[in-house]
Amino acid sequence: METKIEIKNLYKIFGDDPQSMMEKVRAGVTKDELNDQYNHVLGLSDINLKMPAKGIQVVMGLSGSGKSTLIRHINRLIEPTTGEVWIDGENVLAMNEKQLRNFRRNRASMVFQKFALLPHRTVMENTIYGLEIQGMPEKDAKKQAAHWIDRVGLSGYEENYPGQLSGGMQQRVGLARALATDADILLMDEAFSALDPLIRTDMQNILLDLQKELHKTIVFITHDLEEALRIGDQIAVLRDGEVIQQGTPQQIVLKPKDDYIADFTKDINRGRVIQLKTIMHEPNDKPGPELSGDMLVEDAAQLVTESPSSQARVTNKAGEVVGVVGINDLIRAMARPDLESRL
Amino acid sequence: MDWLTEFPELGRRDLRDFRKGIDEGFKSFTREYGESIENFFDPLLQFLIWLERLLLATPWPLFILIVAGLGWLASRNIKIVIGSALSLFLIGYLGMWEDTMSTVSIIIVCTMLCIGLGLPIGILMSRSNRAQAIVTPILDVMQTIPSFVYLIPVVMLLGIGKVPGLISVVIYALPPMIRLTNLGIRLVDREVLEAADAFGASPWQKLIQVQIPLALPNIFAGVNQTIMMSLAMVVIASMIGVTGLGQPVLKAISNQYLAMGLLNGLAIVALAIIFDRISQSYGKRLQNYRGGQDE
Repeated sequence: METKIEIKNLYKIFGDDPQSMMEKVRAGVTKDELNDQYNHVLGLSDINLKMPAKGIQVVMGLSGSGKSTLIRHINRLIEPTTGEVWIDGENVLAMNEKQLRNFRRNRASMVFQKFALLPHRTVMENTIYGLEIQGMPEKDAKKQAAHWIDRVGLSGYEENYPGQLSGGMQQRVGLARALATDADILLMDEAFSALDPLIRTDMQNILLDLQKELHKTIVFITHDLEEALRIGDQIAVLRDGEVIQQGTPQQIVLKPKDDYIADFTKDINRGRVIQLKTIMHEPNDKPGPELSGDMLVEDAAQLVTESPSSQARVTNKAGEVVGVVGINDLIRAMARPDLESRL
Repeated sequence: MDWLTEFPELGRRDLRDFRKGIDEGFKSFTREYGESIENFFDPLLQFLIWLERLLLATPWPLFILIVAGLGWLASRNIKIVIGSALSLFLIGYLGMWEDTMSTVSIIIVCTMLCIGLGLPIGILMSRSNRAQAIVTPILDVMQTIPSFVYLIPVVMLLGIGKVPGLISVVIYALPPMIRLTNLGIRLVDREVLEAADAFGASPWQKLIQVQIPLALPNIFAGVNQTIMMSLAMVVIASMIGVTGLGQPVLKAISNQYLAMGLLNGLAIVALAIIFDRISQSYGKRLQNYRGGQDE
């Protein structure tokens, strides 16, 4: 997979003299020692990440893990202590002020946890904000913005102020504002975390639907594992400023790297994460419905139960049958925690 | 133990020389630059005189209509409109129309000056902590020093008249404009500013599109305070030759004319209330968009 954003050896130390603390960290001083003895906070420690182009990279971690700090390094709202951020082969940290402004205007837009809309502007005026900064004539900007307002389902609310809208609707405005600039990178900082569970699912669906045709490179920060597994193509788990595991949702659930992640994943509905191709056997001659290898166990369960042979034939992308899945396999996949051998 | 009960003060002669030095220094400064400073302020004087004449030449019903119209535009409140028109009519009926027009003209010019000076200074203060550290004590002095004290150098420099009066009013009325502009901009939500940065706004775009609009309610409170304080200075300014409602009050004090003092004083109060209600309700209407917000 093509890499769009690459973060290399990134460190961020908060405090009065981060540069000299950097030497101490390199010499092996831990986060706790740095905090207790030197009064500096190690926000991010040796982050190395490759984020796939046109995919959704989720960065997951609990509060204080450094995930919001990390996403702000991509568009340099926060300057790193040391390290590199490469986007399309260009070093973001080498950009001067003007280049950086152009980068933020045209290539990376952002959605915020607390929406951060302009309260004195209407929905329409908020949506054209990024275009206005780009210098687009108002008439064109409004036309473009109207399209995105419609896409996020807010037609008819153009003249309302953010204060008159519910949280979910406000975040739709935030999403429309970010999409309107046509940037191919979308940074989402806990974008749905402030919303009610039902509305959050709604927003996830909107995002996934849009992504099917837009194919943007999305960096999505969340503290919610369900959300991470649902929308992520790639997930990086962050703890105490360090990446402790990277991989696809299946890899995270099926092969947790340590007890910390295992603890996280044990309550997860595995049927919603594991795909048929992960648990299939050698094909046999028995009949059954033909299902895609990408289908989730949960979705397949109903179809397999209704099949007389209690099994389904699993196909690859070309439509060829490459394996079979029986009802027992499905039950085992949903129930048993260790399937390492199958991966 | 004399040194405990006797304060170690500067000798009488030294003190006299010290004061004399300052006085002489300022006097020679006045002789040297007084005229060019006067010339510098001449356009201001011309504008003030022009405005006063314009207001006096305006037919009184038209003026009342204009104020009522402004009141309606700003407040959409019929009580404020009727109250303003009625009190203006009463002021004229009791023979104070001309003095009122003089006072209104000086208040208008003073407010314009205070906005013109206060807005940029306030913006500068909000952008730099160092500027704030320098300007804040100056504002403290401006607000607490007895006005009579700065009347002395102003009169020495420019003599008696409208311009020195205007300057002393501005010195008194400027600080709230600066302070509230600074405060308003500093109170703008940091998350909104971060969003502006994330979309690549330049510092100027951020100021014009985000910071000033969101600080506007506070800035308007500053304008309101400036108007109120300049009205309060009208009587003191009349001591150095500013015409208007202050002069009859001054005359009433020295001659013990109770009714005259009372009427002119109440006219100032009426003006203050009209200006205050109109500017405040406009400031409130600027925040209407905040109406339905959860926070």
